[in-house]
Amino acid sequence: MTARAEHHSLYGGGPLSWLTTVDHKRIGVLYGVTALLYFVVGGFEAILIRLQLASPESTVLGAESFNQMFTMHGTTMVFLVLMPLAAALFNFMVPLMIGARDVAFPRLNAFSYWTFLFGSILLNLSLFIGQAPDAGWFGYANLTSKQFSPGMGIDFWVLSLLVMGVASLAAGVNFVVTILNMRAPGMSLMRMPLFVWMALIVQILILLAFPAITVGLVFLLFDRFFGTHFYIPAAGATPLLWQHLFWIFGHPEVYILILPSFGIVSEVLPSFARKPLFGAPFVIFSGILIAFLGFGVWSHHMFASGLGPVPDTAFSLATMLIAIPTGVKIFNWIATLWNGHIVYRTPLYFAVGMVALFIIGGLSGIMHSSPPIDLQQTDTYFVVAHLHYVFFGGTVFGLFAGIYYWWPKITGRLLGERLGTLHFWLMMVGMNLTFFPMHFLGMDGMPRRIYTYAPDMGWDDWNLAATVGAFVIALSVLVFYVNAVKSARSGAPAGPDPWDAATLEWTTSSPPPEYNFAITPVVNSARPFWLHKYGPTRAISTRTREEGTPPQPDAPVETIDLPSPSWWPLVASAGLGILMGGALVGLGVVLLGAAILVVGVFAWALQPLERPGHPAFGPGAPA
Amino acid sequence: MLLDVYQDVIWWSVGIFVVVEALLLFAVLRFRRRPDDTGMPDQVHGHTALEVGWTLIPAAILFFIAIPTVRTIFLTQRDPPPQADALQVSVVGHQWWWEFQLPELGVVTANELHLPRGRTVLFTLTSADVIHSFWIPRLGGKRDLNPGEENRIWFTPDSIGVYEGQCAEFCGASHANMRMRIFVDEPDAFERWVETLKGPAPIDTTGFTTFLASGCAACHAIAGTPAQGKIGPTLTGVGRRTTIAAGILPNTPEHLANWLRSPDSVKPGALMPDLNMSETRIDTLVTFLYGLQ
Repeated sequence: MTARAEHHSLYGGGPLSWLTTVDHKRIGVLYGVTALLYFVVGGFEAILIRLQLASPESTVLGAESFNQMFTMHGTTMVFLVLMPLAAALFNFMVPLMIGARDVAFPRLNAFSYWTFLFGSILLNLSLFIGQAPDAGWFGYANLTSKQFSPGMGIDFWVLSLLVMGVASLAAGVNFVVTILNMRAPGMSLMRMPLFVWMALIVQILILLAFPAITVGLVFLLFDRFFGTHFYIPAAGATPLLWQHLFWIFGHPEVYILILPSFGIVSEVLPSFARKPLFGAPFVIFSGILIAFLGFGVWSHHMFASGLGPVPDTAFSLATMLIAIPTGVKIFNWIATLWNGHIVYRTPLYFAVGMVALFIIGGLSGIMHSSPPIDLQQTDTYFVVAHLHYVFFGGTVFGLFAGIYYWWPKITGRLLGERLGTLHFWLMMVGMNLTFFPMHFLGMDGMPRRIYTYAPDMGWDDWNLAATVGAFVIALSVLVFYVNAVKSARSGAPAGPDPWDAATLEWTTSSPPPEYNFAITPVVNSARPFWLHKYGPTRAISTRTREEGTPPQPDAPVETIDLPSPSWWPLVASAGLGILMGGALVGLGVVLLGAAILVVGVFAWALQPLERPGHPAFGPGAPA
Repeated sequence: MLLDVYQDVIWWSVGIFVVVEALLLFAVLRFRRRPDDTGMPDQVHGHTALEVGWTLIPAAILFFIAIPTVRTIFLTQRDPPPQADALQVSVVGHQWWWEFQLPELGVVTANELHLPRGRTVLFTLTSADVIHSFWIPRLGGKRDLNPGEENRIWFTPDSIGVYEGQCAEFCGASHANMRMRIFVDEPDAFERWVETLKGPAPIDTTGFTTFLASGCAACHAIAGTPAQGKIGPTLTGVGRRTTIAAGILPNTPEHLANWLRSPDSVKPGALMPDLNMSETRIDTLVTFLYGLQ
């Protein structure tokens, strides 16, 4: 079978086949394309914010529009770009990296994607009726109450976040089960690639953190729709309840956003230094420790709220502790490069850039782990600088390292090196020009979330610099999209293993066949493909001689049955989306959505997983 | 004390930044693959002593940050100053202006507050609507004003001057327009400020009649007059303030007239309604308000 024919077999089948697909690779592509589209939307919102702030007392946006834009920018980038972009790579790569043929629950996987899509559409519909949410991505009570936010914006925000939470939780269950149960024979947990490890930790974080925000959102939903008083101070409630629920979710969410990039960097640096990851067990355990401590630090977002000296001390010290495992990771990455033969390619640039920028975000994070300092810095542009060094410098650069690294596996073609390098340097310059001056603005006392400022504050120059930087970032993203389109049209064929890498996904064709692996690999190393290529024995085989174990018999001739496409996940998701969106229209629409959801779920449950006559692959399959 | 922690941590951060980025940069540049690198680099998997080292050294550095941090937390937060010594100021946050009450002096004012140099001020903070945050960057850290709760913050201003402050917690449409000014005066100048606020108000004027007739008193108070509205900021001594509309405009007759003409275009979302007043009425009110010294 030629590469071309395989290409056809993975992505062929017409547009309708994308609606019914349950293939983890195609679902990964759907997540990726959707997230990259929303990246443009969220970026455009950022440009509007920067245009308004480029000069004092500007009138590009009014106060209300500005507040809508920074709310939508934050919500979009967190939930519609960074999480789904990581989900795209998890979906496509995790089964390939663990030697599996799909995720544990392929139709649930499709349901996750469609539910995310409908939730994201619901959120953005608010822009079209001119009532986008305007209370910040953190939506602090009681500003979000009906009294102080009477419009529909907060309703859109609550409902869409609840819908997308369902998607994240379903995906979380799916990936935890997949990673724990579907690894290839011989792939013990400590032989699992770092990216898969970080995926596992992220999904566990999602399962533990999303319930907290779900509870918080349901309270808010009840306050707004049914007149309850969960966050109404006049009725004796404390609005701080929301802050606790939000940040018990919100701080682990920071690690949900950054750990995928830690995983990517831990794959990319070894591949391009041509060495194993230095201290892999330490990198793994520091990831686990970061995730664990991440649940004990939420109140460092609330030092100004007046918790008192004892909680401030506890949360401050817990926050400082996180610096230790984070530092361990950074030192191990540097040691991975040390004495390597580093090949300069675009994925490496982005991975090294991620480490370099994340160091800055990490250090400013240590600064405001100290409450006396944080009480100056919190809610100023210093924090805006910090969080963008973490999420842009860390997460976005890491995700682009992953995109450049795995793009050949996903599409079968290489991205252009020259455009890739240009993309990297433009983004590096633009990012620092935009966000570094914000440190100075924050130390100069410029608060966050202000749509205007007085001309005599001395904030003009740095704000203008930041706006220029935002346009440089936009240009760099444009270069990436041009690169992507050019690669898809006429990129050089990648071959199965363009980077001479070490993990299982590179043993199969690019793009992989629908069934991933013709024969399930047997693994006896953390770097199976590397040992297979360069080791004393061929490490991936059904006949591998493991030391001390007798040779295994030949693998039986097997046919490969794949789950058949199904409409029902899409139908169930649409039902859920209509049900929740219907809350803004009327009871009739809610009931219609509920009916569609019930029909979808029942039909899904009753549909057999493998339809008779669905094509199977392998030596025993019909020709 | 606070400044010491701040500077300590910044210097530690800058030092770590330089060392770690230099290591990273060196590794990337030095170990780039050369044309004569034909073989494999040594396939090193790790080094336990190094791991222990780069776990313990950061831990030790954190120790040096943690000790002064904890000390400062307790020094600045645990024991409020004795009630008798400190000047008590109750701050109430409103969308989008500040109310300052000085109960021991019998004075209420808005958006501009004078303080005597050298005396500790104990602020009691709460909010009438949503969460705001009290912050005067050059006088001290922030503290939130939570509705239904009381927070406290205290500091001792020790230099004469004008200190700009601003709400630091997003509080709705005009969050950016919720500013304040703190004037730190010599104690005798402070006393004079208090006395002028308690001085007689011009209630026998046509201006005051217009003020009442226009409905201003429904929301605004002027001390010593029948105008005792509680919804908007007090106008006692408004003519002496340097700014209007919570610190966003210089207090000039033109700006005051503009504000009366169309509050919402000066401060988006402002609760003050556009009363559609005639220009002559606006002139009368501006003259009257300006006379409130």
